[in-house]
Amino acid sequence: MDFNHTEERRMLADSLRRTLARGADWATLAELGVLGALFTEDEGGFGGQGFDIAVVFEELGRAGSPLPVVEAGLAGGLLADCGQAELVEQIIAGTLRPAFAHGEPGLRYDHGPIRTRYEDGRLTGRKSVVEGAEGADLLVVTALENGDTVRLFTVAPDAPGVTLYTTPSLNGGSVSEITFDGAAATPIGGHMGLVENRIEAATLAVCADALGAMETARDMTLDYLRTRKQFGIVIGKFQALQHRMADVAIEIEQARSAVINLAGHLHADALARDRHASAAKNMVGRVARLVAEEAIQMHGGIAMTEEYALAPVSRRLIAVDHRYGDEDWHLERFIRLSA
Amino acid sequence: MDLNYTPDELAFRDEVRAFIKDNLPADIARRVGSGEPLTKADMDLWHSRLNAKGWLAGSWPREFGGQSWTAVQKHIFEEEYAAAHAPRIVPFGVAMLGPVLQAFGSKAQQDYYLPRILSGEDWWCQGYSEPGAGSDLASLKTRAVRDGDHYVVNGQKTWTTLGQFANKIFCLVRTSTEGKPQEGISFLLIDMDTPGIEVRPIILIDGVHEVNEVWFTDVRVPVENLVGKENEGWTYAKYLLTHERTGIAGVGFATAALDSLKRIARTEMNHGRPLIEDPHFAARLARIEIELMAMATTNLRVVAGAAEGKAPGAESSMLKVKGSILRQQINDLARRAVGPWAVPFVSEDLEGNIYHPGPEYSARVANSYLNNRKISIYGGSNEVQRGIITKAILGL
Ligand SMILES: Cc1cc2nc3c(=O)[nH]c(=O)nc-3n(C[C@H](O)[C@H](O)[C@H](O)COP(=O)(O)OP(=O)(O)OC[C@H]3O[C@@H](n4cnc5c(N)ncnc54)[C@H](O)[C@@H]3O)c2cc1C
Repeated sequence: MDFNHTEERRMLADSLRRTLARGADWATLAELGVLGALFTEDEGGFGGQGFDIAVVFEELGRAGSPLPVVEAGLAGGLLADCGQAELVEQIIAGTLRPAFAHGEPGLRYDHGPIRTRYEDGRLTGRKSVVEGAEGADLLVVTALENGDTVRLFTVAPDAPGVTLYTTPSLNGGSVSEITFDGAAATPIGGHMGLVENRIEAATLAVCADALGAMETARDMTLDYLRTRKQFGIVIGKFQALQHRMADVAIEIEQARSAVINLAGHLHADALARDRHASAAKNMVGRVARLVAEEAIQMHGGIAMTEEYALAPVSRRLIAVDHRYGDEDWHLERFIRLSA
Repeated sequence: MDLNYTPDELAFRDEVRAFIKDNLPADIARRVGSGEPLTKADMDLWHSRLNAKGWLAGSWPREFGGQSWTAVQKHIFEEEYAAAHAPRIVPFGVAMLGPVLQAFGSKAQQDYYLPRILSGEDWWCQGYSEPGAGSDLASLKTRAVRDGDHYVVNGQKTWTTLGQFANKIFCLVRTSTEGKPQEGISFLLIDMDTPGIEVRPIILIDGVHEVNEVWFTDVRVPVENLVGKENEGWTYAKYLLTHERTGIAGVGFATAALDSLKRIARTEMNHGRPLIEDPHFAARLARIEIELMAMATTNLRVVAGAAEGKAPGAESSMLKVKGSILRQQINDLARRAVGPWAVPFVSEDLEGNIYHPGPEYSARVANSYLNNRKISIYGGSNEVQRGIITKAILGL
């Protein structure tokens, strides 16, 4: 039994933490090896294991990075699955940032049925709440070929027939509604099974990101409890707050264990993996909300303001439950898989 | 024990319902229902319609232009207008300052200010909190020093809700540093146009400009703007905090929010079925409704007590704690209900336009959820309320 990360992963985490604290752009992330860590050696990277993903995203979450790395990893993974080695090489080098356009209006958190169609070299349909599409170099899109089989396609976001409606995201980046109106697309093969695999990896990424963000919220709240005075003493001396803070700390440890369970089973058989994914996402969704709400409440009014640095952290934590399946979606799947 | 309203009360309820139906513009109700911020013009319009009917301050005594409503009537009115998605009556003039002036103001202050609250000529905001004085309000530092016929005020207030619309602010200021902190506080009425006042916006976590900082630099306030006696402002402020608190549970708001939530859950689809049929979601919804049904009666028990002349005291702390949590849970469930549509996070652009890609009901649920985290913080945080319950009710 060993719950320590390897030396390489620790070093990556440390340098990532230091660099992100100063602010990092896409090229810097690539230089640090963040993108390479998301791919296996076979795929041209140097990681790709559950714990590589966990380490990287925990730091991105801790720093509150708005960069769409989850989406690039997900889209890039699918490109790797489809043998697009050259594109993957560019992703790892940081010169190509792809996004993954899959969800559609009305699907909620389900992975299908997909209705976007591919016919005669062109895509028609709408993709919904696509993260990181704005400014992406390439869209990896799921669509029905011959009206019945889900396949993968690549599309240039600025191609004629592609329209993006972009808004800010609760998570800190941006999300787009994308309509394809006879947009020229390149078929790259693939199938739903590959999409499902990569979504489980993305779920791990979101959970690890949340863990980092939770620790940031916890630390900010602790700092505040140690410095804010009311009634002549620091508010951290009020037992009502101390016990709540203790509960927050306990729950974060539980969430960390659930994330470790998932990271350790990401490449196990699909049943074990999916059970752990749903266990982790259900728990992380719950704990992220608890941490956000308690952090706000224990701060008082200051945490309600946009100017205070907790605001984007709280929103990021609340967004966790809306990405890749919420608490109930995963509870339901966990029950189904455990039957 | 009789759980029913009297025939007179029922008739009053029908009258309120009919009035709201005929007078509340549909567009305003829609925006209240979906959590969009209202303009000053919207709020002024609703106030003036209520005032024309004599209902803006129905629970004020008749001598001051009210209807002398009983606690039960006031309760019925609040329930009905909240359920109809009418805008909240801005509380600062009507619910806060009015009763203080009626109890402690001079005749001249009553004659001058009370009609102006009703007519909408004056828009009041509340200047209590300061950066260093939140829960510990008595530690406030904004100073008022007597200089001839004036007080000269220096300091800073914060969290001033809708101060950007206000032409007047009532403030707690320090007039003495002797004795206990509570003993050196006075209650001052200040014109926002006085030189030396600066209002700075605070944007909240949902992107909305709802509160402000108000800075005072050598602001000269005529001494006749002092309410009651110097150094006794704390008593008036506390009166205000325990007076007329039957609406504090927000049962009407919760009922309206639950209605909206059910509408969302009937429309949103989950695995191709309406979300409301999903057993996990249905269970969450049912638990909240069960709480709300009990809450409505808990609230009525306090209202009935008030009607018998018992001043609602520490019980209002119970209503505040439970009522705020319940409303926050409903907001939380609404956010969950819209699924991925909670992720596009939009507040108004500078032209006041809002673009959200999802169904209209989804546009502001995340914003409303975030915004309503405030209700367990302001007006005495839930921790402070629990402290009151442990001491005043439980005697610990
Ligand atoms: C949106 C909004 C609108 C507002 N509008 C107004 C307004 O119009 N006018 C106005 O004057 N004020 C207004 N307020 C201020 C509000 O009343 C204060 O935020 C509130 O009193 C809490 O003070 P604080 O924010 O300084 O938190 P603090 O008092 O610093 O509290 C921080 C934390 O410590 C806890 N705490 C404090 N004391 C104790 C204790 N003894 N035991 C246990 N826990 C404790 C609190 O519960 C909280 O969790 C508004 C606030 C908000 C957020």
